[in-house]
Amino acid sequence: MDYTGITDSDRAEMLAAIGVKSLEDIFSDIPNPLRLRCPLDLPGPLSDIEVEKLIGGMANANRIMHSFLGGGAYRHHVPAAVDHLSQRGEFLTAYTPYQPEVSQGTLTAIFEFQTMICRLTGLDVANASLYDGATAMAEAVLMTLRGGEKKNVAVSGAVHPHYLAVLRTYLWANGIELREITPRGGITNAPSATHAIDSDTSALVAQSPNFFGCIEDMEALADIAREQKVPIIQVITEPLGLGLLKKPGDFGVDIACGEAQSFGNYTGFGGPMLGFLAAKGEYMRRMPGRLVGRTIDESGREAYVLTLQTREQHIRRERATSNICTNQGLCALRAVAYLSLLGNHIGGLAALNHRLTALLKHRLEEIGFDPVFEAPFFNETVLRIGGARGIAERLRREGWQLGLLLEDMHPGMTDCLLVCATEMNTPEEIDSLVHVLKGII
Amino acid sequence: MSAIFDKSTPGKSAFPVPQYDIPDFDPVPERFLGGPPDLIDVDEADVVRHYTNLSHMNFSVDTQMYPLGSCTMKYNPKMNERLASLPGFADLHPLSGDACSQGALRLMHDLARYLAEITGMYEFSLAPAAGAHGELSSVMIIKKYFQEHGERRTTVLIPDSAHGTNPASVAMCGFEVKEVPSTPEGDVDIAALELMVDENVAAMMLTSPNTLGLFDRNIRRIADVLHGAGAFFYCDGANLNALMGITRMGEMGFDLMHVNLHKTFSTPHGGGGPGAGPIGVVEKLAKYLPVPRVILEGDTYRLDTGYPSSIGRVHSFYGNFLVCVRAYAYLRRLGAEGLRATSETAVLNANYLLAKLKGAFHLPVDRLCKHEFVLSDRGLPNGVTANDVAKRILDYGFHAPTVYFPLLVEGAIMVEPTETESRETLDAFADAMLAIRAEADKDPDLVKKAPHCAPVKRVDAVTAARRPVLKWDD
Amino acid sequence: MSLIPDNLKYSKDHEWFAADEDGMHGACGITDHAQEMLTDIVFVELPEKGMEVERGERVAVVESVKAVSDVYAPVSGVITDVNTELENSPELINSDPYGQGWIFKMSIKIPGELDELLDSGAYESHAASGD
Repeated sequence: MDYTGITDSDRAEMLAAIGVKSLEDIFSDIPNPLRLRCPLDLPGPLSDIEVEKLIGGMANANRIMHSFLGGGAYRHHVPAAVDHLSQRGEFLTAYTPYQPEVSQGTLTAIFEFQTMICRLTGLDVANASLYDGATAMAEAVLMTLRGGEKKNVAVSGAVHPHYLAVLRTYLWANGIELREITPRGGITNAPSATHAIDSDTSALVAQSPNFFGCIEDMEALADIAREQKVPIIQVITEPLGLGLLKKPGDFGVDIACGEAQSFGNYTGFGGPMLGFLAAKGEYMRRMPGRLVGRTIDESGREAYVLTLQTREQHIRRERATSNICTNQGLCALRAVAYLSLLGNHIGGLAALNHRLTALLKHRLEEIGFDPVFEAPFFNETVLRIGGARGIAERLRREGWQLGLLLEDMHPGMTDCLLVCATEMNTPEEIDSLVHVLKGII
Repeated sequence: MSAIFDKSTPGKSAFPVPQYDIPDFDPVPERFLGGPPDLIDVDEADVVRHYTNLSHMNFSVDTQMYPLGSCTMKYNPKMNERLASLPGFADLHPLSGDACSQGALRLMHDLARYLAEITGMYEFSLAPAAGAHGELSSVMIIKKYFQEHGERRTTVLIPDSAHGTNPASVAMCGFEVKEVPSTPEGDVDIAALELMVDENVAAMMLTSPNTLGLFDRNIRRIADVLHGAGAFFYCDGANLNALMGITRMGEMGFDLMHVNLHKTFSTPHGGGGPGAGPIGVVEKLAKYLPVPRVILEGDTYRLDTGYPSSIGRVHSFYGNFLVCVRAYAYLRRLGAEGLRATSETAVLNANYLLAKLKGAFHLPVDRLCKHEFVLSDRGLPNGVTANDVAKRILDYGFHAPTVYFPLLVEGAIMVEPTETESRETLDAFADAMLAIRAEADKDPDLVKKAPHCAPVKRVDAVTAARRPVLKWDD
Repeated sequence: MSLIPDNLKYSKDHEWFAADEDGMHGACGITDHAQEMLTDIVFVELPEKGMEVERGERVAVVESVKAVSDVYAPVSGVITDVNTELENSPELINSDPYGQGWIFKMSIKIPGELDELLDSGAYESHAASGD
C-alpha cells in the first residue's frame, strides 16, 4: 500500500546485514523523549480509486467557466504535443542537470529556452527561468542593488500589484526603499518618474504592457533612465505581446523580466508559473539562477553544461548572486516546446488576441461600459460600469467570469473591470456574453 | 544533438492560428509595433521527434536508480500526474475568486494542516515555490519578529555542513552569517555553539537529519541554548524523508522550517523544478507568515490578506499549486502508516547500502545513518577521485551520488537510495560500486576516463565558463 | 611540488608580491600552489586602476569552474595597473602564475609592510601546512 519496494523477507535479511534486530534499532540514535508515541493524526490510507475520487471531487468543486480574466495569468491553448513531451519521464523525473553526461536532454532544452527568450526580448543573455514573474522582478531589482550602495528603487505604480507587493517584501528585508510612481491616465507619468529618481536610486522599473493593459512609452522612460544614469527594467506579464510589439532591446532596456506562463503552461491556480529574466551582456555575471552554456565533450562533440556556477549559492554561499537553487525546468521545457510549435506565428497569435480584446471592448462599450484610459492597449483593458460588482456576481451565477474587479487591488478604481480576451475566446462567445449581459444590465 | 534551430525551414508550420473574420477596433499604433518575430518554422513532427530524442539523453527516476544524496529522488507516482492535470485544477485561473475556487482552497488548507501534523509545527504556508524560497521567507519572518519586538539582532548561525542556500538566503535578508563547526562525529559542536550564541544571534539554521545523514543527538540541547538567548531554531527540512512518523521538528525544539514537497512528498523534480517549499512555524510566529493565507470560515474557504504583521507576499499568486495537488494525493494515498513505512524503509535501505559499501570506501563517520550516508574518496588508489566514481557509475546504468557535498568531507560521495528502490536494485548498485572500487586498483584509466557509455563523454566545463556561449547563433 | 621563487615575497593568503628595486612599487599575483589548488582558472575580476587599498583588502577575484578565491592586497597602496590580458586569457594564471599571470601592480604606501610578508622558505612551510 505504500510505494516501497521491500518485502518482509527482504527486510529481515537487510536488518541482519546491517547487524540490528528490528526497524526500531535503526532509529536508536533518536533520543527517546523525541520519539512519537502514537501514530500521526492523519486520515487513513486510501486506494488509488479512492484518492482519484476524492481529489477529482475537489477539482470539480472549482468552477471553470467562460472567462475573460487576465491580470498576470493568461488562458491560452496548449497544444497536445506540449503535454505529451513534458510528461515524458526522462524530463519529468530528472533532477537539476548536475551530471551533464546524462542530462543533455534537459540542458539542450534549457539552452534553447534561453535562446528563445533572448530573441523575443532582443537582449543578450537569459537565464534558465525563475519561480514566477513577481520574484523574477524582485531578482532583477536585486541585481541592480548588489554590491552597491544604492538605497531606493523607482517603480511604476502601473506594475502588477502582486509584483509590487512581492518587491516590497524583498526590499524591506534589505532595507531598501520602494518609490512608487503614481500613474496618470493608466500609464507611468514621465515627470513623476524623473522626480522619483535620485543619486541613491538603483533602477527604474516599469511594466509594459502594464497591469491595466496600457502600452507604456518605454522609449521615453528609457531616455529618462539614461539621463539619470540608472538601469531600466521592463516587466512583462504577457510575453505573447513580444510577437507584435517592440522588444525591450529596441529601447535599450537593461533587464527584461516577468512571467512566461502564457507559453505552454496552464494557469493552474497561479502555480507553477514561469519567471524569466534577460539582460544586456554586461549583466551576465550578476544574473541570478541557472545558466546553460554550449561547449564540447572530450571527443569534440557539441554538448551543453550548467555554467558560470560560481555566481551561485552552492559555491559562493552568502556572497552568491541569489539563493536560487532551482529553476522551473519543466515549465521552461513546456515553454520551449510551445514556442517551437508556435514559431513565427507568434505575431499572428498576438494580433488575434489583441483583435479579440478590442472586439470585446467595442461590444461592451455598445451596451454601456466606458473605457477608463485613452492610452493604447494590448490584449487587456480596463472598462467601467456602474454596479460592476453586482453585475460580475450575477454573471458568475450564469457561468461567466467577466474580468477582474480592480477596486480590491486599487481602492480608487470603483466599478472598474480588467478584461482580457485570448484565442480561447471566440467571437461567438463574445456575442453570447453580450446577450447575457443585456439581460442583467 | 543539434538544437531545434537547426531544423527551421521557412514555410513549415505547426500552429494554425484561428482565422476569425473580425475587424480590429483598436489597432496598436504603428510606433509601438516591432519587426517580424525571430523564432523558427518547424512541423509538429519535428518538434515531437526533437524533444523525444533529447529525452533519451537524460537519466531519470523513471529510467534508473538515482541515488543523489540530499535530493530524495524517489519514484513519482503517475496517479499524481493525472490528478494535477484535471481541468478543474489546471484551468483554474488564480484570480477566479474564492467562490469559484473552493476545491483548490480546501486542498491547500488540508495540505497545510497535514504538514503541520507531520512536523509538529502550528501553521503552514504553501506560498514558497522552492526550498530556497521557503528559507528566504522564513528568515524574513525571523527578521520581522525582531523588528516588531524592537531588537536589532544581526547574526544567523549556520553549521559548516549546511546547504549553500542557507547562507545565501540569510544574506538576502541583510543578516551576517557565522559558521558553527561540527565535531568529528558529525554533530554540531555544542561547546563552540555556546560561545557563539549571544543577544546578537537571531537564529540558527540546521538540516535535520544533518547533511551527513546523521541525527544530531544533541538536538534538544542546541534548541535550549538558542532559546535561552532568545534566538530561533530553523530546520532545513530537506531531509524530512527520514523522520515521518518517527519524530517531529516540534518535538526537537525547532521554531520554523521548510518542507521540500519535491523531495519527501514525491512530486517530480522536472529537471530542476518546479518544486514547492512550504514553511511551517510555531504559534507565536504564525502572524508573520506570507499572505494570502487560506482560512476556513464555517464551511467556506477564503484567501485572507488581513494580517498586518505578515512579511507580505512572496509569490505572484499562492505558490506552486499543481505541485501541492501531487503532494496532497501522495499524502492521502499513504496516510500515517504509509508515511511511517516510507521513512522506515528509506532509513533501512540507506543503512543496508552503507553496510555493503563501508568496507570498500572510506567512511568519515561510522554510525547509524538515517536516509542517506556520506562516503569519501580518501584512500582510493591511483588518484581516482569522487568525480571519477560519479562518472563511472553512469556506465553501470545508475545515476551518480552527490559528490563534493557536504563541503566538510573532502571528496564526499553522498548516497541516498530512497525507499522506493527494491532490494534487487540496491544490490545491483552496491555491486557496481564495488566493481568500480576494484577497477580503481586494476584499471584506473577506465574509471578516470568514464563515462564510456553515456550519451556524451566528459563535458568541457572549463571552456564553457571561460568563453560563455549562452544562446544559439546562426 | 609547486614552484616558489626565492626572489618574491608571499602572503598567507597565497599572493606573491614582487617589489621593484625602488621599494615603492610592486606587482602581485597568486602563487603556483594557489593556482594548482584552484585548478583551471576561468575568470578574473580585476580591480580598478587608481583604487586605493588597505593591506588585506579584497581587490580581485579568481574563479575556477567550481571555486571562487579572493585576492587580497598584500600591502597598502594604490592600484597602478591591471593585467587586462587576463580578461580574455585567464588561463595565463595557470600556465605562468609568476609571469604573464600577474594580476595587478600597485604603489607601496608603507614600506614597512613589505617586511611583514613571508619569504619563500616561510611560505613553503605555510603552504605545506595546508592553510
